[in-house]
Amino acid sequence: MNFNINSYKFLRWIPSGRSFIVGIPYGWLLVFFLVPFIIVLKISLSEAETAIPPYSEVFQYADETIKVILNLGNYLFLLEDDLYLAAYISSLKIAFLSTIFCLLLGYPMAYAMVQASDKWKTILLLSILLPSWTSFLIRVYAWIGILKNNGLINNLLMGLGVIDSPLPMLNTNFAVYVGVVYTYLPFMVLPIYAILTKLDHSLLEASADLGAKPWQTFLKVTLPLSKSGIIAGSMLVFIPVVGEFVIPELLGGPESLMIGKVLWQEFFNNRDWPIAASLAMVMLAILIIPITLFHKYQAKELESQR
Amino acid sequence: MVLLIIYSFNESKLVTVWAGFSAKWYAELFSDRQLMAAVWMSLRIAFMSACMAVVLGTMAAYIMVRYRRFKGKTAFSSMITAPLVMPDVITGLSLLLLFVAMQQSFGWPAGRGMLTIWIAHVTFCTAYVAVIVSSRLREMDTSLEEAAMDLGASPLKTFFLITVPVIAPALLSGWLIAFTLSLDDLVIASFVSGPGATTLPMVVFSSVRLGVSPKINALATLIILIVSLVAFICWWFARKAEIKQRQQL
Repeated sequence: MNFNINSYKFLRWIPSGRSFIVGIPYGWLLVFFLVPFIIVLKISLSEAETAIPPYSEVFQYADETIKVILNLGNYLFLLEDDLYLAAYISSLKIAFLSTIFCLLLGYPMAYAMVQASDKWKTILLLSILLPSWTSFLIRVYAWIGILKNNGLINNLLMGLGVIDSPLPMLNTNFAVYVGVVYTYLPFMVLPIYAILTKLDHSLLEASADLGAKPWQTFLKVTLPLSKSGIIAGSMLVFIPVVGEFVIPELLGGPESLMIGKVLWQEFFNNRDWPIAASLAMVMLAILIIPITLFHKYQAKELESQR
Repeated sequence: MVLLIIYSFNESKLVTVWAGFSAKWYAELFSDRQLMAAVWMSLRIAFMSACMAVVLGTMAAYIMVRYRRFKGKTAFSSMITAPLVMPDVITGLSLLLLFVAMQQSFGWPAGRGMLTIWIAHVTFCTAYVAVIVSSRLREMDTSLEEAAMDLGASPLKTFFLITVPVIAPALLSGWLIAFTLSLDDLVIASFVSGPGATTLPMVVFSSVRLGVSPKINALATLIILIVSLVAFICWWFARKAEIKQRQQL
């Protein structure tokens, strides 16, 4: 009898199928997504050293005491040097303006897609999806060919006699904007499209029946109902663009200073890991509000339609 | 839309500019050992990452949609959606620092290479798979699963015999997304790779940075052709399967 009870107790410690299923992805994300941030935080508080790995230990164990040495110097250094502040500001500016451009371009596109006939809808959807299936790098690279001094646009304009000398477009902030808006446009269009497809048409009809003009219906019914799509799309564009590295590196010039680029340089060229880590921590702190906003939307999406 | 059309026109234009050099560059492309090694490495990593990401992502989606409440569900759902937006440089840096710390503490993973790139790619691809699969799971009629359970099938059997076939199109598109994401990733791979593990985007990036080479144009053309073809075929099959399924239901 005793044995039975014990074995039941024992059985409770064997993970059930359910906790097993929860455990695997949970554990994976915990180890490879959450823990890394704690380590980044730790390293951002350490001191740069010429060693392998190139940073000092925060926790030092000697004489039976654990010493915690926190070095806030990295963060102070970020404040002192104008370069970093300028990089943050210009990153945020580029991300913000790109989001606006994407929204202005993307909303009409999504709207047109919803209105289109089934056959056209497929074609339009595919033409948005297909480019995003091909390599991102190659698409950015193609823009170099379009924007450079003897590239397509300049040749065209000169051929038409609009301009005499080539417009410098590559290696400017303009090129960065073009690249960013072009690459991130699908991330804006698709969530808005998804929301607009689900829109209840009877509401639009009701609005029209009650005498609203089409633009009034759009402003008072369609736009508020698609709010969550707009938020999701904007966050999907804004947050990654703040940390963008490839586009400013390839299309931008010396003036297009972005935090992703600076972080990369600190890490790979200067090999200053603590500074790179604190740059990442500050970026994360800036992005925490948009990320929570995005998460709230996603959670709502995941919870809805039960 | 207009932008995209102009762009696709431009792209072909760009390629035809160098098409004058004929297939010579393609021959050179294929004889470039280092480049081919990178292609092969990228394909292997992408294949394995996509498989693992689909397994993990499907589990995560199943948890999110079917399990109402459990400890730490909020934390779990944040961890699922956060990689969707997290800037690459942060993810890459933090994972690298994790691997370095792990190697110091218990000697694993020894060095960085394919394994670490694989882990990193699985981590961020899982989020995309989870979102795709969960939207399909939510649309799915649960009465089918309940019927199977009532008829005495175990939850596991029900899952594989009923749920998986129903959500198969979502699994396929999740796999494809993960595959292309992994194939495309430059920043994270650069952070977590070690010497000896170079992926295709890394090769392309360094050669683009150095300047335009006709070889890269040839490569770009090939990638665009292959990817569009594969994507189109897969999309076609997925759509066909979905239509068939709708009719059956």
